[in-house]
Amino acid sequence: MMVNMKPRSGAHIGAKASVSHIMWQVMLALTPATVFGLWLFGWPAINLFIVTVLSAIFFEAVCIRLQGRPVKPVIMDGSALLTAWLLAMTLPPWAPWWIGVVGSGLAIILGKQVYGGLGQNLFNPAMIARVALLISFPIEMTTWANVSPLFFSNSPGLIESWHITFAGLDNLDASTGATILGYVKTEFSQNHLLATSLKEYSGLLNFIGWARGSLGETSVILLVLGGVWLMRQGIIQWYIPVSLLGTVFLLASIFHVLDDQHYLSPLMHLGSGGVILVAFFIATDYVTSPNTPTGQVVFGAGCGLLIFVIRTWGAYPEGSGFAVLLMNSATPLIDYYIRPRIYGRDRQGKPLEIPKS
Amino acid sequence: MYVLSAIVCLTLLGLVLGLLLGIAAKYLKVESSPILDEVESLLPGSQCGQCGFPGCRPAAEALVEGNVAATICPPGGSALAEQLAALLGLDLDLSAVKEPELLVARVSEATCTGCTRCFKVCPTDAIVGAPKQIHAVVADACIACKKCVDVCPTECLQMHPVEVTLRNWRWNKPIAVFEDKENRRIAC
Amino acid sequence: MLSFFTKSRIRGGVHAESYKELTASDEIVTNFPLPKTLYIPLQQHVGKPAEPLIRVGDKVLKGQLLAYSQGMISAPVHAPSSGIILDVNDYPAPHPSALPIRMMVLETDGLDEWFTSPVVDDPFQLSPEDISLRVGAAGIVGLGGATFPTAVKLNMGRENKIDTLIINGAECEPYLSCDDRLMQERAEQIIDGVRLMLHGMESDHAVVAIEDNKPQAFYAMQKAARPYSVIKVIQIPTRYPMGWDRQLIRYVTGREVPVGCRSSEIGVTIHNVGTAHAVHKALRYGQALVNRVLTVSGGAVGRPMNVEVPLGTLISEVFAFCEVKSEQTARIIMGGPMMGESLPHTCLPTVKATSGLLALTESELKSNDVHPCIRCAACVTVCPAGLRPLDMANNIRMNQLDAAVDLGLKDCISCGCCSYICPSNIPLVQYFKYASGEVVARQQAQHKSEQTKRLMDDRNARLERIAKQQEEEEKARIAAKVERERLKAEQAAQEVSV
Repeated sequence: MMVNMKPRSGAHIGAKASVSHIMWQVMLALTPATVFGLWLFGWPAINLFIVTVLSAIFFEAVCIRLQGRPVKPVIMDGSALLTAWLLAMTLPPWAPWWIGVVGSGLAIILGKQVYGGLGQNLFNPAMIARVALLISFPIEMTTWANVSPLFFSNSPGLIESWHITFAGLDNLDASTGATILGYVKTEFSQNHLLATSLKEYSGLLNFIGWARGSLGETSVILLVLGGVWLMRQGIIQWYIPVSLLGTVFLLASIFHVLDDQHYLSPLMHLGSGGVILVAFFIATDYVTSPNTPTGQVVFGAGCGLLIFVIRTWGAYPEGSGFAVLLMNSATPLIDYYIRPRIYGRDRQGKPLEIPKS
Repeated sequence: MYVLSAIVCLTLLGLVLGLLLGIAAKYLKVESSPILDEVESLLPGSQCGQCGFPGCRPAAEALVEGNVAATICPPGGSALAEQLAALLGLDLDLSAVKEPELLVARVSEATCTGCTRCFKVCPTDAIVGAPKQIHAVVADACIACKKCVDVCPTECLQMHPVEVTLRNWRWNKPIAVFEDKENRRIAC
Repeated sequence: MLSFFTKSRIRGGVHAESYKELTASDEIVTNFPLPKTLYIPLQQHVGKPAEPLIRVGDKVLKGQLLAYSQGMISAPVHAPSSGIILDVNDYPAPHPSALPIRMMVLETDGLDEWFTSPVVDDPFQLSPEDISLRVGAAGIVGLGGATFPTAVKLNMGRENKIDTLIINGAECEPYLSCDDRLMQERAEQIIDGVRLMLHGMESDHAVVAIEDNKPQAFYAMQKAARPYSVIKVIQIPTRYPMGWDRQLIRYVTGREVPVGCRSSEIGVTIHNVGTAHAVHKALRYGQALVNRVLTVSGGAVGRPMNVEVPLGTLISEVFAFCEVKSEQTARIIMGGPMMGESLPHTCLPTVKATSGLLALTESELKSNDVHPCIRCAACVTVCPAGLRPLDMANNIRMNQLDAAVDLGLKDCISCGCCSYICPSNIPLVQYFKYASGEVVARQQAQHKSEQTKRLMDDRNARLERIAKQQEEEEKARIAAKVERERLKAEQAAQEVSV
């Protein structure tokens, strides 16, 4: 019969999961919110999305080629695609093409490949790129297009969209405005209270996503749907999303109850900006989050706390990206201190004592 | 003007600090390094000379002076190289280290004349026998220094690889296929 | 939150696709044709190998002692059938390396004539020590795969006055169903064996734990145990590795075995259902452990079944009987697919530890396509021992074995959950097995280097002593010579003066 099979250790069978399967599942979960965002902001958003994704794949391919490794299997694992997808979702929908290209370059090269590729990076690549872009190009990164769904009369056509994406926006004020968080921040700086500045705010429209904001972060309902589906698929656990959103909700509630003219309501916090996207899709990134359930709860709570602090007292209206990056840097520390107890040992690693009966 | 003063300041600073360093090196010199004994105690001590030095003490001296890499000792293998690198704070490149092939001397009974030369040179008394009697090697004590092979007049003493049995069989390290050369260098 | 995690009685584990239905519904096949030649390894247990008692050419009966146990932890080996001993020599062992091990080769005469040791009418009249002795003499070892000599375990249980005997009917490994079938078909015998073991350990409480995916075995065992209030049959959740003794002990008793201790030290002993069955046969019929039920299954097996075979039967003969298609076989595994070991070929004998023989096709196997670790931490979640396999493997990959040991390498039980779940197909268990072996090898090398130093110091001291002695002798010789010459000179002077 067969001879000289190499010794192989168990387990000889395995669960039907693979890296690319996980990546594709996440992308599938992102699809509803993405499609909605692309529809909501029309052709320029579609252009930006395509440019971002294609350039990410290009950069990934170049890096892999420079390392002398076969390119195709690495591209096919979907990680670069997912990174670019997440990045695109956090970009202003009508941003010029080079924002997407520079962002992808930052994410793939600086965020991932310089650390040694997939699984080695300390920080979430998409958030590195987003934060770097925000600091470097504040104008482009805070120009928020009005809601202008595809095939509506006020939305730009295909040809016009090329002009917007590749040549720049001519008439800024007519087609752009502020996000609700940015608007509130500006109003505070002019000593307006919330009651006056929030006259036109509609919680419901924000909930379904009919608001200005980044390409894919506006629709709370679709993002939550995708996130819950991911949990049901077992791709992500509940620890990070729940503790992150819970912390934001709790802090916002406390301050809102204490002073409802200076602090936004918890529902507004959860309904606006990128907090839902971050909670379900970005903070849960395997590579940059802790390994243990307890560690993940701590990580999520830390993200939530930082988001609230930056939004409320910081200079930026939205703090999700900064919060995630800061907690990413704390991940090794969390993993060092919060580790599972080994069977038969106490938490310090000493053997348990034999109970006296 | 500012530029000039900066240049002057920095130059002076450099000169003074350099002088201080020079004085410190002259007067605070450590005469003999206590680490030498520690290094020597880590080395196998068989004086086999495979490193190119006449014995373990000279090799230890060279290691402490930093003239050779931590991977100098072939019989010690990567385990010893790691210990040495940790002790001396050296960079370690294990890619060049071949795990020592375990060897053991064996007497071929057909050609042994019982000349006793081999057990006189054996540093660990691993060869037993008497004049005009066939000698035998105590495998557990043999350190594969090959001194006996050199003196044997009939070439009956030969080195053989240690036989792999169920007792000393080990699992191989899995090959990480995604690692390229670059990565492995970083990894070590 | 913290207490919620620590108090949970099952930690980690995976829900593996069971594939038990391939074999679980058919009766145990007992008409396996007696092989012409049997290869009986002298070490089929943990501990020292047995010492041969029978010489080449001797005629033996089935169940006759071939090799006796030597040392505290050891077990004897008996003839699985009647016939003539052809050879005592080294043959490939059923081990991933297939390196040789000492075996007896038995040519069967086809009569299958029993040699039974004398039995008493009521074994419960025997003293507990006597029970242990008879169990030990029958060569019984843990048949779940651990092959620890059962008599030693009985003695330890008696000495430590254990309060609970757990009978492990979990059979959590996928594909395997031999314990399931044994419990369904031979429940009374198993329960009798359990009662005998209780007697042998002077204990009065036994729990038979059966995973809830085997309802028929559970009902059969419950029915058989009904007359005896000391035996409780319970169902436990189906989750690999529920059959890991320490996991089962924690689930059943709520107690955790400290690292470095035996379970009997906390008042619990655990035995496999197959072992209980073997104890019954030894004490009621005087039959030594010479055959066992094993599962033959896998995608490449034409007739998957549970079959009772004599120990020492070559795997190739079992496979031929079960119509294994060799061209479809991608891997041969002895044991279950999670912890079992791959075998290089089939010309290897079955032994006491062989609970299953699997011939898996390529599509059933875990993929070889290794990707980088994405730190998904699934391995941390499933590890029943509470380790962090990804960090350990990373350290081992970078040759930092000490760091891996600090992370708990020695607490790894090689259950395979991490390898099973890993989406990047990293062979985590192999990393840990490699590192464990390497750590042992380094310890041995260290020990040898210390020994070498001692030997050389001794030699140098001896050479110095000899040199000194020679020097002194030389001095004495010179002194004597001087003295002689002086005397000679004096004599000469006297002669002259005279």
